[in-house]
Amino acid sequence: MLRGPAPAGLADPRGHGGLVSEILRVNPIACTAHGICGELLPEVIQLDPWGYPIVTAVELTDELLSHARRAVASCPALALVLEKGRT
Amino acid sequence: MTVEVVPRPLTRQARVPRLLAGPGTRQPIGLLEHERLHGQLPLPPARAQRESAGRLIDVIERSGLTGRGGAGFPTGRKLRSVAGAKGRPVVLANGAEGEPASAKDRLLLSRSPHLVLDGISLAAFVVGADRAFLALHRQEARLGASLEAAAEARAAAGIDEIRIEIVGIPGRYVSSEQSAIVQHLNGGPAVPTFSPPRTHERGFDGRPTLVNNVETLAHIALIARHGDRWFRSAGVPGAPGTMLVTVDGCVARPGVYEIELGMPVGAVLVRAGGLTEPAQSILTGGYFGTWLPADIAWQLPLTRRDVTAAGGALGAGIIVALPESSCGLSETARVLRYLAGETAGQCGPCVFGLPALADALADLAYQGERRVSGQVSALIGLVEGRGACKHPDGAAQLARSALRAFSADVARHRERGPCYGVRRRPVLPIPGDMADW
Repeated sequence: MLRGPAPAGLADPRGHGGLVSEILRVNPIACTAHGICGELLPEVIQLDPWGYPIVTAVELTDELLSHARRAVASCPALALVLEKGRT
Repeated sequence: MTVEVVPRPLTRQARVPRLLAGPGTRQPIGLLEHERLHGQLPLPPARAQRESAGRLIDVIERSGLTGRGGAGFPTGRKLRSVAGAKGRPVVLANGAEGEPASAKDRLLLSRSPHLVLDGISLAAFVVGADRAFLALHRQEARLGASLEAAAEARAAAGIDEIRIEIVGIPGRYVSSEQSAIVQHLNGGPAVPTFSPPRTHERGFDGRPTLVNNVETLAHIALIARHGDRWFRSAGVPGAPGTMLVTVDGCVARPGVYEIELGMPVGAVLVRAGGLTEPAQSILTGGYFGTWLPADIAWQLPLTRRDVTAAGGALGAGIIVALPESSCGLSETARVLRYLAGETAGQCGPCVFGLPALADALADLAYQGERRVSGQVSALIGLVEGRGACKHPDGAAQLARSALRAFSADVARHRERGPCYGVRRRPVLPIPGDMADW
């Protein structure tokens, strides 16, 4: 059966269940603890005792999404990523 | 007098050992003897190939075989996903046993090399791979030479469709992680990578890569010969087949044993000659595993589900009995120190967190520090789930289980300082450790 792409936010067309949304992840290999994400996005990122980010909420509200994009763009190590994922 | 007759259902007539069948030596079983023991490699003729590849995947799926490297993923499902992935697949057999407490892959490879090579050949056939690698730790020179000779003998006899390439990887714990081996084969350092992409989608040369533990592949070699029902005739319904376990600690005959899944841990320890002194705790699953109180572990059927439900870990089948006279905290502190030294050095939380965790555990074990047990818990939370690979998670799991299993010792060390057990000869092996007298 042919199916068009499902609109974002609808059930995953591959049948895995769950919603397709954007999730915030840190690439721990790339991250060198600049800490800028913690400054720009304190709502969902805390810094650990060594300055590395801990993402406290993977799911983002619409309002936080734009802040998250700014934090992603500001990371000098390109270690903060927004990925399409199932939540 | 009543005699209780317990009827043995047909499915219990399993012949074990399977992987370790044949003469009880460590000498490699040669090609001729291997074929006499198990029969020839059942590769179908070229023209029936695609169809029979699909059928073999069905058989493996129905057998219920799961990965024997530690993660326990259903093997049939993995084969199917690699076979259906975009691009020409590659097979990578993982024979680089990084876990210091495990010896089963080395034993299998040195004793039954052709069973593993048969499995590699069959896996390459079912996924349609044109290259197949067998990865070993580089310092295992003798094992590497013996496997080269086995591959040579097969090439001369025209057994495999493709030549199996034996590759050496650096002998570190994290090097045997699958993304690390793949990155190494791609010309990079042998350290784990950030995923996605996942290895089975984009691995060696950007191609779908099937990574299987060598024991898993050896089981495939036998399932292809005898079928899925035969495989399930050993083990228990939810956990079919046999597995290799490495038994160590206070048992009379430490070593590698092939057991049916579902065998109680206590019975496995009896197979290894029984306890030489009372055991306080059993390490299940190795250095990324967990400590269980001996009385709980003793009854526990060795299946992934049962061991996990009891708070343990099956891992790659490691069982270490810790004697009463040992100190579980200092044993764990030594392993944590080792694991901290084995970080690939890539992810901050692992690089800084594991040494801090090892320090805190050492303070708890050797100094009986008052304030550190809260600190240990906090550090466990700070490293868990924060690396590109599972190295920090495994270390955290072991440390957390030690706090739980040895909670009485934690209190005692805090009040009265370290116990006598810290001066006892260590039970858990640490590679290259001078304290390993």
